[in-house]
Amino acid sequence: MSDLILIHTRYQFLEQLRVPIALVASAFFPAAAMLAFVVPFAGADPASATSATAGMMLFGAMSAALIGLSISVAQDREQPWDPYLRTLPAGPLPRFAGRILTTMAGMLLSVVPVLLISAFLTAAAISPLRLALGIGALLVGSVPFMLMGLFIGYAASPKAAIAVSQVAYFPIAALGGLLVPLEVMPGFLQSLASFVPSRGAIELMWAAVAGRTPSPVSLAAFAVWTILAAAAATWAYRRDEGRRFS
Amino acid sequence: MTVLARAIEATRRYGDVLALDRVSLDIRAGELVGLLGPNGAGKSTLISLLVGLRRPTSGTVELFGGSPSDPAVRRGIGVTPQETGLPESLRVGEIVDFVSAHFPERYGKAELLARFGLGDLVRRQVGGLSGGQRRRLAVALAFAGRPRLVFLDEPTTGLDVEARRTLWEGIRSFHADGGTVVLTSHYLEEIEALAQRVVVIGRGRVLADDTVRAVRDVVGVRRVSFAAPVAPELPGILRSSVENGRVHLLTADSDRLVTELVHAGTAFADLEVRPASLEEAFITITSKEETRV
Repeated sequence: MSDLILIHTRYQFLEQLRVPIALVASAFFPAAAMLAFVVPFAGADPASATSATAGMMLFGAMSAALIGLSISVAQDREQPWDPYLRTLPAGPLPRFAGRILTTMAGMLLSVVPVLLISAFLTAAAISPLRLALGIGALLVGSVPFMLMGLFIGYAASPKAAIAVSQVAYFPIAALGGLLVPLEVMPGFLQSLASFVPSRGAIELMWAAVAGRTPSPVSLAAFAVWTILAAAAATWAYRRDEGRRFS
Repeated sequence: MTVLARAIEATRRYGDVLALDRVSLDIRAGELVGLLGPNGAGKSTLISLLVGLRRPTSGTVELFGGSPSDPAVRRGIGVTPQETGLPESLRVGEIVDFVSAHFPERYGKAELLARFGLGDLVRRQVGGLSGGQRRRLAVALAFAGRPRLVFLDEPTTGLDVEARRTLWEGIRSFHADGGTVVLTSHYLEEIEALAQRVVVIGRGRVLADDTVRAVRDVVGVRRVSFAAPVAPELPGILRSSVENGRVHLLTADSDRLVTELVHAGTAFADLEVRPASLEEAFITITSKEETRV
């Protein structure tokens, strides 16, 4: 079974690499935001440059998880290749796992330009251990966004998936304080911030890269979002299966 | 003989639409069975039940004595994907490797591709293939895992004559080596060239299940048409219709019908006799079935 997971991952990743527009998009936005927001405003102070870099890494990962995954799932569902794969002697697991692993690989790639900009153009500083922890936290922190991406992809048509995922992406990212620090946002937005999943995710990353203590409310909200998104993704997947393969 | 695939009173509904109506069918080892029927007759639904894509609403479907929805059972089958859905950015060789990897036994990539006339396209991306090349790749994929039983849905649609013959040779040699084949087609000619047994499906039911010769006789219907305001009442007419001032009659014996027509003194002009299309023959079989029931 693990052989098949590897094979599915390999070919999905190959497909992704050969049509790299999604990868380019998820790498471009955080890199551009890095140059626009972080380098000029937070670049000089090592602590704030480091935490802002973490925010941009998560911003890129969210794009790959939420937008990339939802669009690729919705598009694949429209292709007759999808039902054909179901006639092969494999359950749904290899394809599903392949999708998640491919998305994670895409996330890690999208992080590279952000890290390069951070290293060369800001005062950000991090130890290799903290960097590894931070990447681990990034993968954990993006789980609810992958689940949301799966939910949208299984519930919506490709066109709707593009729209819905983009509309969800920016407000969630901004409200979590990934683009600009919460302190510069209006008060009522600050009070909402603890309840969006991006807040818990970024606080996890800050705990990993800077040893800051995350707020319990944000972490609890992150856990609740993860459970809700998992339930929604499972529901949408079953509904899609039931509609097409019952 | 061993039964490889079996449907017992299988019924499949899509909402209010009855796609398959209590179909019972055995596919035995070593057979080359043609499923014949117009679009929407239920052929694809029947195949989707046999390969585990759908479950019957009622009744039973078995594959190698087990359930088609069990992945391990499906190691013994090969299916053609629709060529329109092949992943565009992958290369021909990569798709073959990907599909083969699911099976314990497999063909050598070079051998498989050569067999389907794709030997020099291993490194070509699917997006750059012609329609015919995609079609042949899709059919080749059904054989990649050395299956005991292959399901070929419209294998030669859109192919030129030469490519069709090549593909037929491939199917025949698989069958000669002991493989079992279920194929669907619109073309009576294709079924005649390949199959020994024909199952005619119409309106979700098995209308005929017999040798090629027997079914050919049943569908050996002719269409007699001429200009006249109303259709005459004559013996031997299976179905009649009037369209734009022309009468169309379907009959099994056109010589006799024309003789009767002349004897009856009916006024007609512009007489035309031609073999009925497969579609018309199906409609005839279908309506006969209804009058009999």
